[in-house]
Amino acid sequence: MTESITMKDKIMASLKSFGLPRLIITGFLLLLLIMAPFVGADLPTQISNIINRFSWNGVLVLAMVPMVHSGCGLNFGLPLGIISGLLGATLSIEFGFTGAFSFLMAIVIATPFALVLGALYGWLLNKIKGGEMMIATYVGFSSVSLMCMMWLLLPYHSPNMVWGFSGKGLRTTISLEGYYNQALAGIGQINIGNVSIPTGTLLFFALLAFGIWAFLHTKTGTAMTAVGSNPVFARAAGINVDRIRMLSVIMSTWLAAIGILVYEQGFGFIQLYMAPFYMALPAVSAILIGGASVNKASIMNVIVGTILFQGIVTMTPTVMNNMIHMDMSEVIRIIASMGMILFALTRKTEASR
Amino acid sequence: MITDNAPLLEMRNIKKDFFGNQVLTDINLKLKEGEVLGLVGENGAGKSTLMKILFGATDIRETGGYGGEILLNGEKVSFATPFEAIAKGIGMVHQEFSLIPGFEATENILLNREPKKTNLIAEVFGERLDTLDRREMDERAAKAIEKMGVKIDQHMLINSMPVGHKQFTEIARELSKEQLKLLILDEPTAVLTEREAEALLASIRGMSERGISVIFITHRLQEILSVCDNVAVMRDGVLVQEVPAASTNVEEITRWMVGRNVDNTAARTESRINEDARTILEIDKLWVDMPGETVRNVSLSVKEGEILGIGGLAGQGKLGIPNGIMGLYQAGGRVVFDGKEIPLNDPRKCLDSSFAFVSEDRRGVGLLLDESLEWNVAFPAMQVQNRFLKNYLGGLVKWRDEQAIREVTEKYIDELKIKCTSSKQNARELSGGNQQKVCLAKAFALEPKVLFVSEPTRGIDVGAKALVLEALKKFNREKGVTVVMISSELEELRSTCDRIAIISGGRVSGVLPAGASVEDFGMLMLSNVV
Repeated sequence: MTESITMKDKIMASLKSFGLPRLIITGFLLLLLIMAPFVGADLPTQISNIINRFSWNGVLVLAMVPMVHSGCGLNFGLPLGIISGLLGATLSIEFGFTGAFSFLMAIVIATPFALVLGALYGWLLNKIKGGEMMIATYVGFSSVSLMCMMWLLLPYHSPNMVWGFSGKGLRTTISLEGYYNQALAGIGQINIGNVSIPTGTLLFFALLAFGIWAFLHTKTGTAMTAVGSNPVFARAAGINVDRIRMLSVIMSTWLAAIGILVYEQGFGFIQLYMAPFYMALPAVSAILIGGASVNKASIMNVIVGTILFQGIVTMTPTVMNNMIHMDMSEVIRIIASMGMILFALTRKTEASR
Repeated sequence: MITDNAPLLEMRNIKKDFFGNQVLTDINLKLKEGEVLGLVGENGAGKSTLMKILFGATDIRETGGYGGEILLNGEKVSFATPFEAIAKGIGMVHQEFSLIPGFEATENILLNREPKKTNLIAEVFGERLDTLDRREMDERAAKAIEKMGVKIDQHMLINSMPVGHKQFTEIARELSKEQLKLLILDEPTAVLTEREAEALLASIRGMSERGISVIFITHRLQEILSVCDNVAVMRDGVLVQEVPAASTNVEEITRWMVGRNVDNTAARTESRINEDARTILEIDKLWVDMPGETVRNVSLSVKEGEILGIGGLAGQGKLGIPNGIMGLYQAGGRVVFDGKEIPLNDPRKCLDSSFAFVSEDRRGVGLLLDESLEWNVAFPAMQVQNRFLKNYLGGLVKWRDEQAIREVTEKYIDELKIKCTSSKQNARELSGGNQQKVCLAKAFALEPKVLFVSEPTRGIDVGAKALVLEALKKFNREKGVTVVMISSELEELRSTCDRIAIISGGRVSGVLPAGASVEDFGMLMLSNVV
């Protein structure tokens, strides 16, 4: 008798810690999955879709974690890191690297960009404590606009990337065929029927996630969490708050650079110009839906949030399309993803500072 | 012109508690027309609460109202808002200014009570479009200023006025109200220069002659004696004395203010002043820019192994001293510890020199409210001294040693009797007293040579108070740690410390052994108050 009560308590407690918003979204996602076969969508394909999209986006969402921990808020300046990644990607191709090796080189080339831009970004955020998220948003926006010009002006020559007629300026979309398309996903890919699991990408994500988890267990990582939790306390304990915040911003920017490369290798294309503009909000939403707050986030929040967000965004259009027999997938996808973002942002105040 | 009729104001058995914490007990007070009453008491004695009740401040009602009754001209009143109090002829000048900086004195004096001229547009659209009658305004403001008896420029903008004139503008505003019968002045002279204060006192006398009663709150006892008819002394929410000002003196008032029971005060019995102990910490010409607690020029020496108390009234700078030394606020001067000069404005350097600090701002500075007790206790020691860490890869990776952290936390939970569900509980969920114990545990875990403790018993219950003070004494005795304890409560300092320095006006006004008489401490506290 008593055991059943404690069991019930345990279940209730774990449900409570999971949180009502997540329960609702999980319920909705399950409903969509159940409906899928009835409206004629192939369930294994859909599941495979969700897993793939998770693998593409996971690292971008993970990039939120360091800045959230140091109290810099959600990294709305994600495009800055993405641009570092794009510079790495395009330069790697420009220098003539091919195949999976070009992925490695893209990471290598993107890293110094991410570190320098991250440091500048961190310096800026240290100047405007309290208004980080607003400034971060505009750092992201303006860096995207600047790069719109730069993609045209920078002296790229690789025929695979420049506009056909003029022979200069990068195209908006660059195929990665022959370069690092599926570079990670191809490693140990598992295919069961219509379900394909990109083992390599998932392992790569797991590796980075483990890295962050481990970092947060070190002395510096502990300091970072304390800075986010109460900067005055940290300062009184002799922590150089600005340095820790700077470090977290650099980490976030670097992870964003890696994240976009992982995304590209799964997606198969490099998207330039305005594409990075739209990358920050889904990542922010995913981690919020995963249960993170403005200054608390765990790896579990990243995983749960990415699965839920990507799950809803892939499943809703498919199921709706099949229900109304009309191709509105793009419209519904936008409604669903923007709706999720809106929902997630209203959740932001759920846990206060 | 004190009359023998029914008193203007009578307060009967006023009681007030804030959520079970009794702050006023059975206050009985009478005030005749034209009488000037000086109200004195230490910070927290209940003066402001009493005035708030009288003035109908909304936070009194929001916290459950008050007991007892107030009679104005023999008629029972109960003000729900300050507006009702104003309508009945009560005016109040607060410690903080409530003036509009970009407006002239005249405009501020008559704000929202301006004489108006109607015009055609206002006839059509209503009186909100009336224009101001500037000439009438000037006349009325001039009259109010004249009534006050101090000359101020009525056309000067508030933000270009010296602080004293702002105070006078506030007073003139109250005086411009025709119905004014009782004026409450809450520490009006705190911001005034000596000459301005004198002018104010003269104007209080003038008001009294015109039949306006004044309740005058101040820490400057001389002013009370020179201007008031009667003096009321409050202590711990009780009105301990009410006597004619002519029959008393500063020493007597001081004794009433600070002395609990002057005769049997428990000064620390085993008070030990070791003249031979070497000076371990030398503070020389310290200034600290801490808002509200400015330290101007403090020189102190702390002897090894002693408990030095630092006391004084609120706002006089005693809290600025530890905050400045520990680098939390901008500071200057010299701090020499054990022969080495400690650089200021760098918290890390202080911690490296084995100082520790328990802040008065428990929730703001002292704790990671959203983290476990383990983190709170172990964090500074981990960051400053690399303790509770496991080194991997030749020290490259410093991994948190969860087990060591738990052990040290549990040790202090036992030692300080911290009430919690486990060492994993978040600090936010603990009561104030237990949070304070966590702050102490944090400082103890650093194993400091000098421990600064700021207001260790503020806002905690009696039981926890005793425990915290005992823990401090024990820490000092057993580990030989030098303790500098800052507190507003003189009794607490006297029962804990060996020597007590009193800070007043941002300076040391004197250092006395804990056994010195309460009157002596009181005199030091009130000397050169700013």
